[in-house]
Amino acid sequence: MSSLTSSLADAPVQDTTRVRTRSYSNRHWGNALFVLPFVCVYIALLVIPVADGFWMSLHDLDVLSGDSTWVGLQNFVRLWHDGIFRGAVWNTFVFVLMTTPAFVALGLALALALNRQDRTGTALRTIFFGSSVLSVTIVTLVWRLVFMTDIGLLANVMHFFGLSAINPLTSSALALPAIALVTVWWIIGLPMMLFLAALQQIPEEIYEAAAMDNASRWRTFWAITLPSIRRTVALVATIEVILQFQLFGQAQLMTNGGPNNASRPIVQFIYEAGFQQWALGYSAAAAQVLFGLMLIGVSIQMWLSRRHDAQ
Amino acid sequence: MAGIQLAHIQKRYGTTEVIPDFSLDIEPGEFLVFLGPSGCGKSTLLRMIAGLEPVSDGEIRIADQPVTHLPPGARNLAMVFQHYALYPHMTVRENMAFGLKNIGLAEAEIERRITEAARMLELDKLLARKPIQLSGGQRQRVAIGRAVVKEPGAFLFDEPLSNLDAALRNRTRVELARLHQRLKTTMVFVTHDQVEAMTLATRIVVMNQGRIEQVGSPIEIYRRPATKFVAGFIGSPAMNFIDAAPIASDNRHLTVRLPDGTELETAINADQLGNGPLVAGVRAESLQIDESSPIRGRADVIERLGERTLAYVTLRDGAVVVAEAHRESPIASGDHVGLRFDTRNIHIFDQAGRAWHGN
Repeated sequence: MSSLTSSLADAPVQDTTRVRTRSYSNRHWGNALFVLPFVCVYIALLVIPVADGFWMSLHDLDVLSGDSTWVGLQNFVRLWHDGIFRGAVWNTFVFVLMTTPAFVALGLALALALNRQDRTGTALRTIFFGSSVLSVTIVTLVWRLVFMTDIGLLANVMHFFGLSAINPLTSSALALPAIALVTVWWIIGLPMMLFLAALQQIPEEIYEAAAMDNASRWRTFWAITLPSIRRTVALVATIEVILQFQLFGQAQLMTNGGPNNASRPIVQFIYEAGFQQWALGYSAAAAQVLFGLMLIGVSIQMWLSRRHDAQ
Repeated sequence: MAGIQLAHIQKRYGTTEVIPDFSLDIEPGEFLVFLGPSGCGKSTLLRMIAGLEPVSDGEIRIADQPVTHLPPGARNLAMVFQHYALYPHMTVRENMAFGLKNIGLAEAEIERRITEAARMLELDKLLARKPIQLSGGQRQRVAIGRAVVKEPGAFLFDEPLSNLDAALRNRTRVELARLHQRLKTTMVFVTHDQVEAMTLATRIVVMNQGRIEQVGSPIEIYRRPATKFVAGFIGSPAMNFIDAAPIASDNRHLTVRLPDGTELETAINADQLGNGPLVAGVRAESLQIDESSPIRGRADVIERLGERTLAYVTLRDGAVVVAEAHRESPIASGDHVGLRFDTRNIHIFDQAGRAWHGN
């Protein structure tokens, strides 16, 4: 009797469990539908092109004839021995090292100076951010006029001070720093805005406590402000490392990589190899190197930032 | 410990006058509480003493030295903020040491002060933690510790208990009272909570619209409020105010008639007041439920607080007063009850809001 009661009582429980399991499973897969559109786009526009690019880098690909020959790592070996590519890698590194610290330091300095709630502050913030909305063609056109030999603004200023005029875009030593200057002028607005947002998150009371604690302005900056916005510093540095490794438009339009390849960045090398010499496999290999360099750069940056957080 | 003198302090924001003319002497070693409603200027005043807010006019002296235009760090003061204002990226120890390092104190002395304050405030085991790893009460203790290690001439507290829950607020209040007894340093405390003011203060300054309404000991303020504003602001439940008309009497004490016709003879000298309309003020404990009294009303709401019972009674003319009944009184909502005024403790307010009390 008791076993009968027990088996009767168990039956619906087993059913319910089965139904619940099925229901949970359905719900689980149903949830996946919400991310499906993103996953599809991500795979189609990122994963497949990246994988395809890597596959292409292992081939000698002639776009005009449509021939494709498996060459393994030969494209990478060629790159290693290509002086122009090594120069482009060097130029890109130097450019990133020139611009990223400038974006962090200058962006923060501007944010500190303009972190005020008055009309002047608002107007200056708008002006500094305004250049970010200009296209690269406009920016480079303006600066080419500034740098123009003998009649540009820079030449006029140098004449005014009795100095001999120089066009930095025609100098091997100055071309890359000039592009770096233009780049910083162009998009300093974004780091400034990110730093402004971070500064405005610091409660005023903390600064008042520091004032009560006899902290000088300099001490307050180092001991209070900078540690409070270190995540934003890391963010700006990461964004800028990724962006500046991809330097192309400014160099293409201002110096065309010259003089004597002194300002040719990796992306321009990739563009020229792929779309002027139609060596897509070689170009894809250069793109893989750039991807690897960016990955290493960002990883080091993230590792440093995490190590600092842990401390 | 340092005394603080405020002489004709004024504060204006543009054309808006926040503090018109404020003068006060804070005695060395006293626990002075600025009490008032939101927007009365008490926090602004504290911030001006601290140097965090510039003074529009007037002079501030601390320990007899003029400090009106000195920066906050040069005033030998320590402040405990409403939201603690701990440095979030520093440990408790670093928070406490920060101000001491800034003045170049020797490491050994910094360590001694931190150890002593940590022991006093039971922070010993928290010294290596960061503020985010602490509870609200612990953070407040750290904020107090950060002030204590500076060994200042005076402590300033800007509503430091308002972010704590009721139980913790009570406990921290007692700790603050102990701290004052132990350090005997001047403390200036800003609050809108009358219980904090009454329990902590040596003297209370009741403020309203940037002006002093009354300065006095907690008992003076409670028993003999200077104005109708003070009488209404201090005490829970608030004092009952009933319109009152003076009537002629042979007695030298003032007799007034309430709107329901009740006549009350107060303990106040009748000669002091004219014939204009008055307001009678009586606290709940001086207005007892008494069935034998001819003054009648209907009890609408009964609040049983344990140690006493409060009844919200509607009088015949519609006015509502709060009266007190014995804690075990069987009174129920809807009952018709009698009310007995303790006429010795009736306060009278004239048309200017000035208070008159019996001797």
